[in-house]
Order: sequence, then structure tokens, then C-alpha cells
Amino acid sequence: MSAPVVEADLGSSRGRVLRHLLHNKLGVAGGVALLLVAAAALLAPWIAPYSPTQVHFETPLQQPRTVGFPLGTDDLGRDILSRILYGTRASLQVGILAVALSIVVGAPLGLAAGYWRWLDGIVSRLTDLTLAFPFLILAVGLAAIRGASLSNAAIALGIAHVPQMIRVVRAETLRLKGAEYVLAARSLDASGVRILATHILPNAVPSIIVQATVIMPAVVIGEALLSFLGLGIQPPTPSLGIMLSDAQQYIFRAPYAALLPGLAIMVICLAFNLFGDALRDALDPGGHR
Amino acid sequence: MAHFLLTRLWQSVVTLVLASMVVFAGVRALPGDPALAAAGEEATPEMVAAVRAQLGLDQPLWVQYWRFVKNLLSGDLGTSVRTGTPVSELIGATLPVTAWLTVYALGFAVVVGLIAGTVAAVRRGTVTEFGLNTLSVVGLSVPSFWLGLLAILYLAVGLGWFPASGYVSPVEDPLRALHHLTLPAVILGTGIAAVVMRQTRASMLANLEADYVRTARAKGVSQARVVVRFALRNSLVVVVTLVGLQLGGLISGAVVTERIFGLPGFGKLTLDSVFSRDYPVIEGVVLIVTFAYIIINLVVDVLYSILDPRIRVTGANS
Repeated sequence: MSAPVVEADLGSSRGRVLRHLLHNKLGVAGGVALLLVAAAALLAPWIAPYSPTQVHFETPLQQPRTVGFPLGTDDLGRDILSRILYGTRASLQVGILAVALSIVVGAPLGLAAGYWRWLDGIVSRLTDLTLAFPFLILAVGLAAIRGASLSNAAIALGIAHVPQMIRVVRAETLRLKGAEYVLAARSLDASGVRILATHILPNAVPSIIVQATVIMPAVVIGEALLSFLGLGIQPPTPSLGIMLSDAQQYIFRAPYAALLPGLAIMVICLAFNLFGDALRDALDPGGHR
Repeated sequence: MAHFLLTRLWQSVVTLVLASMVVFAGVRALPGDPALAAAGEEATPEMVAAVRAQLGLDQPLWVQYWRFVKNLLSGDLGTSVRTGTPVSELIGATLPVTAWLTVYALGFAVVVGLIAGTVAAVRRGTVTEFGLNTLSVVGLSVPSFWLGLLAILYLAVGLGWFPASGYVSPVEDPLRALHHLTLPAVILGTGIAAVVMRQTRASMLANLEADYVRTARAKGVSQARVVVRFALRNSLVVVVTLVGLQLGGLISGAVVTERIFGLPGFGKLTLDSVFSRDYPVIEGVVLIVTFAYIIINLVVDVLYSILDPRIRVTGANS
């Protein structure tokens, strides 16, 4: 898929990346899906037919394609479409919070570890150590101390992904440190912080964005899992995980109530994964990953 | 090699001590006064004070920590507030269930991931590769617990191929255990299989183009031998590291898989203790997972150094 693209003489690197992206069909599909998911989440209050918590006791467990309820209703007669739209909104909220946390904490640490050798040993050791620590245990601890909530789930998932972000930013810093413009800035006596902020960080942004597209689906699944277990978002706030755990109780009577929220999670994650893969290929043509 | 092992062992011991401190501090940060809880709601302040002294909670923190470590070393993790059973007993009863489940899931993931990744790399540019790649992205994007619900609905209840819940120990009845554990293990392993497949494919593609493979081919080594003996062997190093990195996800996934399939494992114990605020059990659970995590990481590092001798040379700081 990464056939060498002939560099157009005037083509900027941004144009090249865009061309690459548009050539990747799966990537385009992911990008379109991403826009749709984002639109659904942003516009949920306006496009949802009902409030996600409004019960209709007279019409419980309606099949999809019932008049008035395009995707059917759950055991309390709540509209599944509305709940999925709001659930997507909550998923992305947790996702954005967690990804922001991983960047805010991870990027400076990665920059510092890559730039100053004496710091690298400590930061890298800590990163290796915590890289694969089970986020669920973190979330269990947080839920035990501070109670289960949307923000605590986001904090646990964000912290869990800080090590990945540190690793990526550190690698980028190590690579960029030897660039000529950085050496030039150094010879002009620019301070380390200044070099990191004005020369290295801006050039590390593409890698940070790619990593964010990797972390995002993991966080979305993580949130659904925590909420499914009762350790994340708390009812009545709609969440795709809570919808699944509710639907589990009447899964034989209404399989669609369990099918649809799971499909929604899958579409969100597929959108990020496909788009992220394409973005990585476009930024690093010739790479195999 | 001995030097490398000793350094890693020493690092692990330091980490274990640090982890025990974090858990000790974490439990003290929990809301609520354990002395008040133990003495009951109608206790007078004097009675609470007496209980506090009895539990040793009036001692300085470092004395309490020392006693915590001493108990830990003798295998005493306290007793469950809810059931009065020793925590070590609860963990001993549930841990094997989770161990069997995760080992089975990991075995499935590695075998499927390695084969799929190798095939995708060898069949580069074909429909097979495209299909396998698509499958792996879907595998990454599917929440495993949802897949579990669907599997119960269609494979276990609908077709009746597998039991929908329950546990049989592989020591007592290996065949029935296999039957009971297959569905949960495959569900738990799917996401990891996708990760292993992607990494194997990427690493195989790089290795198949490497100079030593070209040399081997020029010497007339057969395709099968090149793939398995040369490229795959070098890709294994990457996979071992990767499996180490999947550990956290594996443990988290096991908790929810047990919940769905009604397995009486460690995950169920964890959730039960959180919802009933059974602090001694939470403390024990977190400690055990952390310790297991550190020890498995040590094993992965050692395995890694056996597979790739270069790592030993650069030393433990790599």
C-alpha cells in the first residue's frame, strides 16, 4: 500500500500527507466514520428523538424499526437510538479527557527524558515499570477511594496511558535532538526548555496525534468495560457500557438491546483505528507498521 | 548472564518493596475509620480507643508498616470483613481459575497471532493479507465483553456447543475443563491475538527483507525454512516483549470475562470486594496483582535475553 509517491517539486509536506491519506481507502472510510461519530456525539441533544432517560412504561422492549423508535426500546421503554447517541457522547468525553491527561502529563516527561540524559534513566525505568500495569486495578483503587464516576474513570484510563505517550515523545525527541536546526539553536545558546518548546515539540506533534488515535479506542473500550462493571459512569447518565450490562439481564428476550450498543462501540473504535493506521502510514511512508 | 539476572532480580525486589508501600499508603488513604467500623456504631469513644490500640492503629506509621510486611511475609493478608475468611484463603481458592483462563487465552492469542501474522507477511499484497489485516483491525476494535455476550447468546445457548457458564478444574477433569474454558479463553484472547498478528506481520516484513535472509535465500535455503528458522525466530523476540505489554489488558479483561461467564475466579473476588467495600480483600487483591505483574515482567525479561543474546551484552539498563 505504501507505493513510493513521487515527490511533487512544489508539494509541501502537508500536501504530501494529505495525498497519501486520500489514497488509502480504509483510511478514508475511517475518517468519514470519525466525522459521523463526532457529529453524533456533538449533536446528540438536537438529533436524539427523546431524552435518553425518558421512560415509556407502555412500550418496553420494542423491536428495532418500530414506529417512533427506530432502534427499539429497552426494558423501561427508553429509546435505544437516543441512548446510543448520548452514550457515544459520554464515551468520547471520557476518551478526550483521558487522552488530554496522557498528553499533558506524558509529553513534558517524554521531552525531558529524551533531552536530558540524567533524567532519562529514572523516567524510562518508571515508564517500563508502569507500561502494562492493569488499568482495572487502578480504577478499582480510585473507585474505592473516591467513588465510581465518569471523571474518575477518565483519570484512571488517562494515567494508564501516560507511559505510552512518554515513550513515543521520548523517541521523537531523541530523533529530533540531532537535527541541524536544533544544533544551530544550541550554538546560539538557546536554553533547553526553549529548544524543546519551540523546535522539538512542534515537530513531535504528528507523532503525538498518531499516538492519540491509538490511545482513544483503547480508552473507549476501557470506559465501556468499567461502566459495564459498575466502576465507571453511573446511571442515570447513559453509557454504552451500562446499556450492555442492562441488556445482559434480558438478552434472550431482546438480543438487539445488547447487539446495538456493542456495535456502536465497535464503530467508534474502528473509525479511530483505521484513521490512525492511515495517518501513521501517511506520515511515515515506507514504514511497515 | 549471571550478572544480568542478579541485577534484574535486585530491581524486582526494590519494586516489590515500593509496591507494598504504595498499597499500604493507599489503604490508609481510604475514607472511614477501621477502628470505628470494627467497634460498631454504638461504641463509646473509650471502646473505640481500645479497639484502635488492639488493632495497633495508635502506633506510628512505620511500626504499622513493619507489621504489615511481617504479616505479608508469613502469608497473612488479614481477614475479610464480609465473610470472616482469611484473605489468603480466598485468593488461594480463586487464583487458579484466573491463572488457567489467562494462560489458555494467551496460548490461543500467541498461536493464532503468530500464524496469521506470518501468513499475512508471506502473502504480501494478496487478498489473504487484506482479509487478515481487516480481521485484525476489527479484533482490536471489538470490546471483548460484548463478544462474550454474543458468544453466550449464539454459540452457547443458541447452538448449544459450549456451556454458558460454570467452571471445572482442569486438574480434576481436563476434558470438561477444556469444554468450559474454551469460549471464555478465546473471547479474552481475541484482542491480544490481533495485536500479536499486527506486530508479527510488521516484524516479519522487515525480517524477510533483511540481508541475512537474502543471503540464506541465495544459498538455496527453502522458503519454508527461511520463513520459520530465520525470520520467525527473530520476530519471536518482538512477540515476547509484546506479550509482556499485554499483561495489564489481560488481567483487566479476565475480570470482566469471569463476570460474564460466571467463573468463580480472582476477578469476581475483586469486584465483590469493591462493591462491599471489603478493604482487607481489596488490599490483598491489589497486592497480589501487583506482585504477579512484577514477577511476570521479570520472567519476560529473562526470556527475552535468552531469545536475543544482544540484550544481555548491553546490560540491564536497556
